[in-house]
Amino acid sequence: MAGAWIGLAVLALALAWPVPIALSKAAWPARAPGTALALWQAVALSGGLSMIGALLAFGLTPFENDLGVASTLLSGHILDGPVPAQAGALQIVSLAGAVVLGLHLVLSLATTAANTARERHRHRALIELLSSPLQGSPGTRMLDFPAPVAYCLPGVRSITVLTEGLVRVLDAAQLRAVLAHERAHLRQYHHLVLLAFKAWNIALPWFPIANRAEKAVALLVEMLADDDARREVDDASLATAIAIVGSPWRDGDPAASAIAADEIVPEADPETLGARVSRLISPPGSLSRAARALVLTSGVALVAAPVAVLVALV
Amino acid sequence: MITLGVLERSVMNALWESPDGLSAPELGERLVAAEAPAKRRELATTTLLTVLSRLESKGFVSRSRATRPHRYHAVNSRSEHTAELMHEVLQLAPDRDDALARFVGGVSPTEAETLRRLLASRGTGN
Repeated sequence: MAGAWIGLAVLALALAWPVPIALSKAAWPARAPGTALALWQAVALSGGLSMIGALLAFGLTPFENDLGVASTLLSGHILDGPVPAQAGALQIVSLAGAVVLGLHLVLSLATTAANTARERHRHRALIELLSSPLQGSPGTRMLDFPAPVAYCLPGVRSITVLTEGLVRVLDAAQLRAVLAHERAHLRQYHHLVLLAFKAWNIALPWFPIANRAEKAVALLVEMLADDDARREVDDASLATAIAIVGSPWRDGDPAASAIAADEIVPEADPETLGARVSRLISPPGSLSRAARALVLTSGVALVAAPVAVLVALV
Repeated sequence: MITLGVLERSVMNALWESPDGLSAPELGERLVAAEAPAKRRELATTTLLTVLSRLESKGFVSRSRATRPHRYHAVNSRSEHTAELMHEVLQLAPDRDDALARFVGGVSPTEAETLRRLLASRGTGN
C-alpha cells in the first residue's frame, strides 16, 4: 500500500494549492453559487482528510501485514511486541504529525466556535439594550447609527439589525430587498459555513489558500442570499440597495440618495461589490443542469477518495 | 405586560441620562414617571434590583457601595456601546472570530478611516 500515502499526498497538495486558486478565479461560481459553495466545502474537507490521511498512511506502512493495520493494533501486539524493524524515525514523526494536525484542526474549530458564541452573546445583549424593535417586522431591530449598515445575528432567536442611516437612504422596495437578503442568510445557516472556513483560515494561516477560500465562500454566500431576495423583490431594487450601502457615505449626508445602480462605481471592496451588482444587472444565466451535476459528482468523489483509501488501509 | 428585556432597556436609558448615577428607588421613580399616566403602576424595588444585578453581571452597570442605598452607574455611555457594536460589525476591531454576515461587506481603507473618526467622535460625546 505504498501507493496509498503517495496518492493522498498528491491529492492534499492539489487541494492546498492549484485547485483552490483555479476555483477562486473561475467565472462559473457566479452562475451557480450553491453548487460552487458545495464544491468549496468538499475541497476543504477532502484537503484536510488527505493531509491527515497521507501522514497516517505513510506512518503506518511498517505495521502492515496480512491481518491489516487495525487488527494488528487492536490485538495489542503493538504494545508488548517489538516495534517493527522498519518503523523508522520518519514513520513515527509522520504518525505524530497526523495526530497533531488532526487535533489542531478540531481544536481550532472548537475554539473559533466558542469565541464566536461568546462574542455573539455580548453583541446580542448590547443590541437588545441599544436598539428598538421595528414595528411590523418581527426579529428586526433598529439601531441609532448614521452609516447605512444591515447585518444579521444568528441564534435561537435570530435578529436582523438595521441602522437608521440605512432606513434613511433606502426606499421601501430596497429595504425589503435588504431584509429578504438577511433572512436568507439566517434561513440557510450561512453563519455555520462561514464559521468553518474562518476556523480553517485561523488553523492554517500560512496557507494562502485558506484565506482565498474564506473570501470566495463569503462572496458565494452573499450571492446565494441575493438570489433568495430576488424572489421577493425586483433585481433593480436589490442592485441599487447593494450599490447604495456599498458606496462611500458621509455622516448626515448620505451621498447616494438617488443613484441608479448602473452608474455606481462602488468604492467598498470593488471586487465583491462589483461581482454582486453586475450579476444582478446583467444576469449571466445559470449553469446547466449537467454541469452542476458534474461539479457535485466531483465534490462527492473528492471526499470519497481519501475516505476510501483510509478505510482500505485499516 | 413589560418583559424583562424592555425593562432592562428602560433602566439603561435612565442610567445613560444620569451621569451621577441613580439609586434603585430613584430609578423606580423615573421609570414610573416616564410611563403614560394611564399605564402607570408601581415598580417593585426587588424587580428593579433583579434587573440591575443582571445588568451588573453582564458588565453594563457598576454599583458603588459607598452610600446607602447603593448607587448604580452605566459603565459606558450609549454612544460608546454603539461604537463597540459597529467596530465589531464593520470588522474594524482586531482579534475577533465572529464574522457577522453583513448586507454589504468589505470596507475600503478610506471608508474605514471615516468610520473610525466618526466612531471616535461619537464615543467621547454623549
